[in-house]
Amino acid sequence: MIFYTRRAIKDILENRFLNVVTIITIALSVLIVSAFGLFFLNAQDMFNAWKKGVRIMVYLAPETSETQRLDTRYRLQSIAGIQSIRFISKEDALELMKARMQRQTSLLDNLRENPLPDAFEVTLVTESNSPEKIEFLAQRIEGLPSVSEVEYGQQWIDRFANFFNLFKLVGYGMGAMFFMATVFIAANTIRLVLYSRREEIHIMRLVGATDNFIKIPFYLEGLLQGLSGGLIGLGMLFSAFSAIGSQFEQTLSAEMVAIRFFSTGTCVAILGGGMVTGLLGCFFSLKQFVKE
Amino acid sequence: MAEKSAVIRMFHVHKRYGAKQALVDATLDIAKNEFLFISGPSGAGKSTLLRLLYLAEPVSEGQILVDGMNLSRIPRRRIPMLRRKFGIIFQDYKLIPTRTVYENVALVLEVRGNKRSLIEKKVKSVLRVVGMEDRMTAYPPSLSGGEQQRVAVARAVAGDPKIILADEPTGSLDDESAATIFELLNMFYNRGATVVVATHDKTLIENATGRVLQIRQGRLETPPDI
Repeated sequence: MIFYTRRAIKDILENRFLNVVTIITIALSVLIVSAFGLFFLNAQDMFNAWKKGVRIMVYLAPETSETQRLDTRYRLQSIAGIQSIRFISKEDALELMKARMQRQTSLLDNLRENPLPDAFEVTLVTESNSPEKIEFLAQRIEGLPSVSEVEYGQQWIDRFANFFNLFKLVGYGMGAMFFMATVFIAANTIRLVLYSRREEIHIMRLVGATDNFIKIPFYLEGLLQGLSGGLIGLGMLFSAFSAIGSQFEQTLSAEMVAIRFFSTGTCVAILGGGMVTGLLGCFFSLKQFVKE
Repeated sequence: MAEKSAVIRMFHVHKRYGAKQALVDATLDIAKNEFLFISGPSGAGKSTLLRLLYLAEPVSEGQILVDGMNLSRIPRRRIPMLRRKFGIIFQDYKLIPTRTVYENVALVLEVRGNKRSLIEKKVKSVLRVVGMEDRMTAYPPSLSGGEQQRVAVARAVAGDPKIILADEPTGSLDDESAATIFELLNMFYNRGATVVVATHDKTLIENATGRVLQIRQGRLETPPDI
């Protein structure tokens, strides 16, 4: 195997231009497909984080008494799918609003009376995150006594999630196309090398070289091309990720958003994918070419 | 000829290229450690006969036995093993131009999976014999025709083949270079190899001892065995 590896490295160095073209093609494909993958990974993390905090605001009718409020709380607690209930009094609600509208507090200060209602902030369990379950719970809560309105803002997240899933499908499709295109380019590069070396291969056969003796260095070339392309592509992606991360570090931490790069296992899998691409390119070329 | 001393046996071999008969009913025995010339004009079928021996092409009809191997029944994966029995010298040398003299000769041993130390020892030895030891790092395009053919001879004998096939080995060479090549072939013949030379060079044949087989329009004209 050392002999074949040495042979493969020598062949790469002898056909530098063609091999560089293939390596760059693989690198770009890995970069683009992995960039999609990284985007999906982090977007999925964000969606999951948002979905964890699914809340329903239950606004109580004006003039609801203490007893009625406690009764409504008791009824809420008995509904399955509810993780926690927090009471926000109208006074607390006004203070919260003032804190968010710091530059417009004068507007709120001039109000004669507090227009905001008492409310319960209801947090749902993760299993109740689906639009259908939220809808069902909301309708049930609406029917409770003293409840004037039920509000939940998850509809837009779910619509966005549907769009995101569609985008993910498109990403898979594009990834598949990039993969096939890269295999095709790698195959053609190897074919060009084989063609330029057909006389040499013919002579090798005449002196008793087996098919494996001829093919194995080419397969190793394909693996090395794929590995090199994968490393370069991942390296470029990591550099871009680090640059973007440091550029927007403050913004992201303010929004309590953390972005992450691929795990080691995923990186190894991506490199493996690059190597498979190089290998497949060789396979399709050699299958056709190395026959007498 | 006693069957056991024949290293190559051909039985009623025909070779056709479409309508053209390149070899017609060739029956031939070549003994172990024999020096055989196959002589005839261009296009007579000399090269075709040699090409059939190392299965560059299959026969159209008939059978060929090489060192006991029936070429009609040999599976594709065993063809490299057959070819390793031969050392082949071509008129156009067939050296790999992008490999050095050393690497061209070493190839024969690399395909056999020999160790690096053994390859180095053997290559240097055969290059010394053919007088090309000081050109080991040269590339074939920088060598003269005679030098290239000497390297080709070195490559042919590096694997200690049983049979040396030479297809017009002196065809592209001047008289002096041709004489050198012939001396080398004689040397390996004296060391025990079977040598088969296809040539139209009458001077070469006249000055040598060894059986001569005439071939004309695909037909062998002289008795096929000793």
